[in-house]
Amino acid sequence: MSAQKLDLSLYGVLVAAGILVPLLAPAFTSQMAILWLMVLMAVTWDMTGGQMGYNSLGNIAFFGIGMYASAVVQIGIVYDVAEYTAAFGAIKVDFTVEQYWTGLLLGIGFGGVVATVFALIIGPFMLGLRGPYFAIGTLGLAVAVAELVSGWSYVGGGSGISMPVFPGEAASGSQVFYVLLFVLAILAHVVIRAIYKTRFGLAINAIRDDEDKAEAMGIHTTRYKVTAWMVPAFFMGMAGAVFGNMSGFIEPLEVAFPTATFGIFMVAMALLGGKGTVWGPVLGAILFHIVKEVTWTHLLGWQWVALGAIIIINIVYFQQGILGWAQDRWPSLFGVTVDEKTTRTGQAEAAK
Amino acid sequence: MLDNISILLQAPIFAVDLLVQGLLIGGIFVLAAYGLALVWGVMNVKNLAQGDMVILGGYVAYQCTLWGIHPILALPIAFVVLFVLGWGVYATIIRRVVDRDMFTSLLATFGLSLLIQQALNLRFGPEVKIAEAGFGTFDIGDLSIPAIRFVGLGLAAILAICIVLFMRNSRMGQAIRATSQDPRAARVLGINTDQVYAFTYALNAAICGAAGVLVAMIWNIQPFYGLVHSIRAFIIVTAAGLGNLPGVIVAGFGLGVWENYSGFIFGAEFAVAAVVGLLVVVLMVRLFQMYRLRQVVR
Repeated sequence: MSAQKLDLSLYGVLVAAGILVPLLAPAFTSQMAILWLMVLMAVTWDMTGGQMGYNSLGNIAFFGIGMYASAVVQIGIVYDVAEYTAAFGAIKVDFTVEQYWTGLLLGIGFGGVVATVFALIIGPFMLGLRGPYFAIGTLGLAVAVAELVSGWSYVGGGSGISMPVFPGEAASGSQVFYVLLFVLAILAHVVIRAIYKTRFGLAINAIRDDEDKAEAMGIHTTRYKVTAWMVPAFFMGMAGAVFGNMSGFIEPLEVAFPTATFGIFMVAMALLGGKGTVWGPVLGAILFHIVKEVTWTHLLGWQWVALGAIIIINIVYFQQGILGWAQDRWPSLFGVTVDEKTTRTGQAEAAK
Repeated sequence: MLDNISILLQAPIFAVDLLVQGLLIGGIFVLAAYGLALVWGVMNVKNLAQGDMVILGGYVAYQCTLWGIHPILALPIAFVVLFVLGWGVYATIIRRVVDRDMFTSLLATFGLSLLIQQALNLRFGPEVKIAEAGFGTFDIGDLSIPAIRFVGLGLAAILAICIVLFMRNSRMGQAIRATSQDPRAARVLGINTDQVYAFTYALNAAICGAAGVLVAMIWNIQPFYGLVHSIRAFIIVTAAGLGNLPGVIVAGFGLGVWENYSGFIFGAEFAVAAVVGLLVVVLMVRLFQMYRLRQVVR
C-alpha cells in the first residue's frame, strides 16, 4: 500500500469513528469532543516540537488567548463585557439565537487571529532562544500570560467570566461543539500534513537537524520558525474559542491556561505517539486520552499521580514513541530510505 | 500603580523596609538556585522539579510541627529525608536521562514535579500551610521586622558555608568538581561518575529540602507553589551564568528585592507575573548577548 493510500484510509477510519461513535454512543459525545481537542493539540504541537525541534512548553498560551479573545468578542458585540464577569455577580444574560451564532463564529475567527498575531509578535524574541532555554522561556510565557489575565479585571480576573448560554437543549449544544472540534482537528491535520509536503516542511526539518547549517544554506530561519509557530497558534486559538463556549465558564488558571494539565499533555501525547511523524501525535493522543479516562474512573484521587508516572515512564524509557519505534524497526514501511552504510549490519556487509 | 510609587517616595522608611525584607527572602532563593546550578553544571540536567522539592521540604517541616517538633529541628530531618529521596529519584529516573538531550531531562523532571505536586495535594490538601516557629518581631529604628526572617537568613548562610566548605575540602566535593570539568577524564582517573552524579542530585534535593523548611517557616507552602520556585531558581542561575557562585548570590538577593518592590508597586496579584516577566527579560538579554557573539564570528 502506498503512503498516499494509507493516509487516505487512515483519514477514512478517523472520520468514520468521529461520525459513528457519537451516533452509536451519545453518552460519549463530550468525551470524544475532548479527544478531538487533544488530537488537535498534539498535532499542532508536533509542528514546532517534533518537526522543527523547538520544544515549546507554552503552546497552551495560544489556547487561552483564543478563548479570552472569543469571550470578549462574543459578549462585547451585545453587552458590556465587565458586566458579565463572576465578580460583577454573574448575571446570565440570554442571547437571541441570531446573536449567539454570529457571536460564536466571530469569536472562533477572532480567537484564531488574535492568537496568531500574538505568536507573530512574541515569536522573533522567543524563537531566538535555543534548546532548554526555549522550553523554559515558553513555559514562563504561558505562566506569565495566565497571571496577567488573572489580574485583568475587565475580563473578571481570577474569578472568571461566563460565556453566552447555548440557545436550545444542552444535548444539541454538546453535539455542535463536538462537530466544531472534530472538524477543526481533521482540518488541522490535513493542513499541517499538506505543509510538510512542501518546501516549508523541508526547511523546518533542516532547522531541526542543524539550524546553523540551514542558515548558512540560505534559509531565512527566523521567518520559517515564526511561521511554524503561527500555524499551531491559529488552530490552538480557534480550539480555545470552541472549548471556552463548550465549558460555558472560563477562568484563567484551570480552564484557559492549564499549563500543568493540557499544556504538558500535548507534549506527552506527541512523544507517546512518536514526535516528528505525521500520524504519531494522533495515535498518541487517542491512546493517552483512553489511558487518562481509564485512570480517572478506576484510580479516582490518584489519577494525576498516575498521569505523572505515565509521562515519566514514556519520556525516560520509551522516548522515540510508538511510531518512532516502528519507524526505526521497519523503515521501508514508512517510506524512509536508510543509507545501508550507516547501519551496523550494512557496515558488516560492506566489510565482506 | 503611580500612587504606590509616590507612597514609596514619600515614606522612605517603607522603601527601606521592603528592601530589607527582600534581601532576607533572597537568601533562601540563593540556596535553591545554588542546588540547581550544581546539578546543571555537573550533570547538565535542567531540574524542573527544583521548586517542588523545596515545597516537599516545607511539608516535611509542617509534618514535624504536627508531631510537635520545632521547625528549626526539622531542618536536618528534611535534609536527610530529601537526600534519600533524591538518591532514589536519581536511581530510577535521572540516571537514564543524564546523557540524553537536555529537553528529555527537562520534561522528565517536569513529570516528576507533577507527581510530587499531586502526591502532596492528596496527602495534605490544597490549602496554604505554615510551619509556625513562634518568633516575635523586633524593631530597628522605625522598622519592624519578624525575627524569623533573620533566623532564616542566618540558617541559610550557615548551610551555604557548610556546602561550600564541603565542595572545597572533601573527597566527594573534589570528585564532583572534577566530574563537572570533564566527566570522561574523571572516569579515566578512577572516579565513579555514576556515584558522583547520584550524590550531586541527592545533595541538590537535600539543599532544596532545607530551603523548603525555611520557606515554610517564613512564608507559606501549598502543593502547587513549586513551579514559581523552580522559575525563580532558573532566573537566578541564568542571570548569574553557569558556575558563578558570587553571581548566584547577587542575583538571588536581587530577585528577592525585585519581587518585594514589584509586588508592592503593581499589586500582589501581579507578583508571580513580575517574576516570570523577569525570566523572559533575562532570557532576552542572554539572547542579544548571543547575537553579539555571533556577529563577531561573521
